[in-house]
Amino acid sequence: MNEFVETLLDLQWHEPKRAYDVVIIGGGGHGLSTAYHLAARHGITNVAVLDASYIGSGNSGRNTTIIRSNYGIPESIRFYQHSLELYSRLEAETGCWIMHNTKGLMWLAHSQNSMRQERSRVMMNQACGANTVMVTPDEAKEICPQLDLSGGGRYPIKGGSYQPGGATARHDRVVWAYAQGAMRAGVHVLQHTPVTGLTMDGDRVVGVETPGGPISAGMVMSAVGGDVTSIMNMAKVRLPVKTHPLQAFVTNAYAQELSAIVSSIELLGYVSQTARGQLLMGAEFETQPTYARETTFQSMGSVATKIAYLLPFVKNLRILRQWAGRCDVSVDFSPIMGPTGVEGLCVSTGWGTWGFKSIPAGGEKMAEYIATGSVPEMIAPFSLDRFAADHPMADQGSTGTR
Amino acid sequence: MLFITCTNCGSRSVEEYAFGGELPTVPDDVTDPDARNVDYVWFYDNVEGPSVERWFHTAGCRRWTTARRDTRVDRVLPDVG
Repeated sequence: MNEFVETLLDLQWHEPKRAYDVVIIGGGGHGLSTAYHLAARHGITNVAVLDASYIGSGNSGRNTTIIRSNYGIPESIRFYQHSLELYSRLEAETGCWIMHNTKGLMWLAHSQNSMRQERSRVMMNQACGANTVMVTPDEAKEICPQLDLSGGGRYPIKGGSYQPGGATARHDRVVWAYAQGAMRAGVHVLQHTPVTGLTMDGDRVVGVETPGGPISAGMVMSAVGGDVTSIMNMAKVRLPVKTHPLQAFVTNAYAQELSAIVSSIELLGYVSQTARGQLLMGAEFETQPTYARETTFQSMGSVATKIAYLLPFVKNLRILRQWAGRCDVSVDFSPIMGPTGVEGLCVSTGWGTWGFKSIPAGGEKMAEYIATGSVPEMIAPFSLDRFAADHPMADQGSTGTR
Repeated sequence: MLFITCTNCGSRSVEEYAFGGELPTVPDDVTDPDARNVDYVWFYDNVEGPSVERWFHTAGCRRWTTARRDTRVDRVLPDVG
């Protein structure tokens, strides 16, 4: 059965109402997950999710679908480990097959310095409940037999860390699973409804403006990716966020199995195999912020060269298609969740390289915040006011492969 | 590819440069001195359009230069600031 037939979805589209309890801007993974959790966990169903295009058309459709929790600071490890666990239960919870595939994630180190960094990461992970272990070069070769342990002579593999729970899932299906769950509960998902302004009553946000007319809301949440600055400018909220482009590409199908997700700390590149057999590769985002979703030969060449050091067989593959998306990168590489300081407006942003892995936990915790009015303990460290308090959550494990 | 004009060396490709970030500006309506400091240190304009930025010519003359770049298309605008 092909993918299309299997995903005949139970989606009901609605005409927009004039008022909702909650309006969520951005119909990607985070927005729909928040709507789903509001309906499923808190019984709040008078909710609208607005998307400027179709659902999952932004960063939810552009990420590299890696689910992991091997972060560097306790707050992040606990949050992402919770997300990883929610992902593994998502199929049972929503009844949708998201093609969740636990394949293990390996971070390779090429110097003593990186090995030391990985050892500290492993210790921190184990202390905070995430299962990450150190691997020797031989164990790495056993996990991924295609590895060239000499690293092309330039980047010899000294070892690395391995997270057996690392997984991938189909990005569209995650969006659809949450959309279907939310819509069944009565949430309105309004596609092709861009937000052109925020309706203010004094200092308070009381709704959004759309080309089809204003929609009033008890609470507005921004779950947009790439355009968060323009949404926040409407309410004069300043963010420590820059919008960087990130590129990725897939090669033609590789007949054998590449069993694990392989990445390298020094090379800042990663590769995994999609369900179609193609190899999905990506690297760090570009250094300068840009809104253009432009792919460059320069970037593809640099990623391909890096991966070829570790997996020489990729030299025989061809690049099939490439894409780019906009990442909202916060200054400390950690997400920003919770109130904005403006009443009636909350935000979920700063997901760095697209935030796919945090969709279940981010949605669950933002829903809890909106429903109860108090910031859940797990995401309290990630509030926007941490910058004014001079307490950034600097985490090198947050973005890309760093 | 993005080309940036260095005041000493002329137009060179982005690969020769290190990005130094946008020139920090604090909006005039932020009046509290502490809030202005927080804004200056942490927050970005993150402009979608012409953005004034600093670039360091790492692989060239090793001097700083200022350029105005349109972030919608990732191209440097002709008027170097």
